[in-house]
Amino acid sequence: MTALLELEGLTKAYPGVVANDDVSFAVTRGGVHALLGENGAGKSTLVKTIYGLVKPDRGRMRLDGQPFAPAEPREARAAGVAMVFQHFSLFDALSVAENVALGMETPPPMRDLARRIRAVSEEYGLPLDPGRLVGDLSAGERQRVEIVRCLLQEPRLLIMDEPTSVLTPQEVEILFATLRQLSAEGTSILYISHKLEEIRTLCDAATILRGGRVVGGCDPREASVAELAERMVGAKLTAPKSGGGAPGETLLRVEGLSLPPVSQFGTPLREVALELRAGEVLGIGGVAGNGQDELLAALSGERLSAAGSVTFEGHDVSRLGPVARRRAGLLTAPEERLGHAAAPDMTLTENAALTGGARKGMLRRGFLDWGLARTFADEVIARFDVRTPGAEVAARSLSGGNLQKFVIGREVLQDPRVLVVNQPTWGVDAAAASAIRQALLDLAAGGAGVIVISQDLDELLEISDRFAALNAGRLGTSVPTADLTMERIGLMLGGAHDMEAAHA
Amino acid sequence: MDLSAISPTLLVASLMVAATPILLAALGEMVVEKAGVLNLGVEGMMIMGAVTGFVAAIESGSPWAGFLAAAIGGAAMALLFGFLTQVLLSNQVATGLALTLFGLGLSALIGQGYVGIKANSLGRVDLGALSDLPFVGRVLFGHDPIVYLSLLLVAGVWAFLRFTRAGLILRAVGESHNAAHALGYHVRRVRMTAIAFGGACAGLGGAYLSLVRVPQWTEGMTAGAGWIALAIVVFASWRAERVLVGAYLFGGITVLQLNLQTAGARVPVELLSAAPYLVTILVLVLISIRARRGGAAPADLARPFHAST
Repeated sequence: MTALLELEGLTKAYPGVVANDDVSFAVTRGGVHALLGENGAGKSTLVKTIYGLVKPDRGRMRLDGQPFAPAEPREARAAGVAMVFQHFSLFDALSVAENVALGMETPPPMRDLARRIRAVSEEYGLPLDPGRLVGDLSAGERQRVEIVRCLLQEPRLLIMDEPTSVLTPQEVEILFATLRQLSAEGTSILYISHKLEEIRTLCDAATILRGGRVVGGCDPREASVAELAERMVGAKLTAPKSGGGAPGETLLRVEGLSLPPVSQFGTPLREVALELRAGEVLGIGGVAGNGQDELLAALSGERLSAAGSVTFEGHDVSRLGPVARRRAGLLTAPEERLGHAAAPDMTLTENAALTGGARKGMLRRGFLDWGLARTFADEVIARFDVRTPGAEVAARSLSGGNLQKFVIGREVLQDPRVLVVNQPTWGVDAAAASAIRQALLDLAAGGAGVIVISQDLDELLEISDRFAALNAGRLGTSVPTADLTMERIGLMLGGAHDMEAAHA
Repeated sequence: MDLSAISPTLLVASLMVAATPILLAALGEMVVEKAGVLNLGVEGMMIMGAVTGFVAAIESGSPWAGFLAAAIGGAAMALLFGFLTQVLLSNQVATGLALTLFGLGLSALIGQGYVGIKANSLGRVDLGALSDLPFVGRVLFGHDPIVYLSLLLVAGVWAFLRFTRAGLILRAVGESHNAAHALGYHVRRVRMTAIAFGGACAGLGGAYLSLVRVPQWTEGMTAGAGWIALAIVVFASWRAERVLVGAYLFGGITVLQLNLQTAGARVPVELLSAAPYLVTILVLVLISIRARRGGAAPADLARPFHAST
């Protein structure tokens, strides 16, 4: 097979960091090539270079044997390179057809476009209604919009940046079927993911990046997951160990919790019920946008619910705000690190005081003991291995993984009775993720109750004792994790949204 | 009081005149906000349009030169705002407020020698026999060209945003500048163009005040019209046809309350003067509540954009 895209010595440096250092590899025609690496390994910079969003400092690219140096995405698209973004590049308030039109160079009139969208989406088993607003679509459907947008341009190279992180297992299978079909038709695919199992089933070649450099290539079908992980991280990883104690008394009981949506594109909570006992980890899975944020807000006290709906250690806390709930021992860590879990422009000390003030005794008659706050922040930094020059730097300046360790550590060290976390390891690299999971398990082993809301099913299977699925604001009944299979979970998550028929 | 003194024909005809400045300014601001920029300097751009238009009309003797100068003056003010907020990334709210204050001061300086002069007025569009129709003739076919221009602009903006690719790109930039950038659109260029258009519209609105409606130059003559235009954009939930309804509603109540005052209504004058504001806000709030939960504000409105790559 001949090479479609060849990279030669690509180098891109940003102030203080070399994102890509002398990167060379080739993608074959019709091949599915995996790009592997931890966060910060330089994968995103590399694909942005290929897509014309980033200009390399040095190095050359060749597409189909011709020199290729796109100055902007328009040129890359014209050359036959299409990209499905990690964070969707979609516009909520526009319709599917309008979103597709925005990604094309010379879109046909809207009526023809709608017809072509229908035709392509049916051909590849990705049903879509061109007239719907994107804001009303599920994550899987939104991704279909992105893929169909790419397919309409008949690309020679399709770049996919972590496409499966928001999909149910069934949706992943459908996506893979589509990608295999494309590959068989001669389209090359550059596939970025850190889900190694997926890469082994889908890809026929892999390049591994670490710290901006290529550390090697391999055939992922022949390598084991452990082998790939080791080469990615550069060290052996240990799986978190559970304390395995028997669950104790009920700490948190939620009954008939219903809340209307906050905004036009929000999700309502519908009759949510759950029970959490001391010493156990309850995992709540679900595709993004099915009520995760809303559930966390209802548990943290950011949004108050009807009296009697949230009971904590025998007291009704439904009408109490976040401060009172924290004081009682019900702590939460939301998904969005910057701007929700932490105030981006405040220092780590200030951020530590913001949630830890009451429980760590920093408040005295309306005054704040900054000495204690500083000590607490230092303790979080030391215990959770937060890489930072000190506690006096702004939260914004930390990398995502480090800040995540800080915001989780800050709650864990307040000795909560119940801790609710949403996406505790989102965008965190494998080593930090494993440390965070271990901390949550240790907390449960110490007699606290932990609720982990996550879209990472492997994570939930690894650390939770029971599993429940959120689907359109409803929480299913919880099932012991030991009894679960991936397929069963997929069905609990709502399956593949009317897609089974399409591929049958 | 004597309600028969109020003629419906005159009322409707004069409400269109009263509403046109606000309609023009609001329409321009709506396009700016659709592109994701909040320019609170409408009042400043209007008054600069009023003074540059008036000065140009006096010096050249042609009201058309006045309107052209007003559009350029308003757009120049807007581009100053655009340079500060889009290139130097200053805060849009503070910059917009400063633009209003700056415009009020600068216009007073420029207009010093022109107080008390009367400008040549625009002629009416001669539509022949149409103007002789009863009621409809006076109401619809007896106006000056700018009134018709403003109505054409409403239709044009509506069609532009709804049917053209450029309009789609403008909406996309206002909805998510990061996504638009990732797709390779020039966020800053689109926004600067929208800002200049908004300034030109505000300038035209201001000149309509100083050249047609009053027609004289006095300091601070816009008297809050720019703020009403801003409010109308929000309450019209960023839709051209509703901006038209809002502006005409406001103009209508303004004219009606003036008529009521002269007819000697036994209502406090202050309440009558406040009526246009209250009624316009109330009606548009009701419309936007009915329309959709959460309104339809562009998602990236007033967020600064900085390409990180």
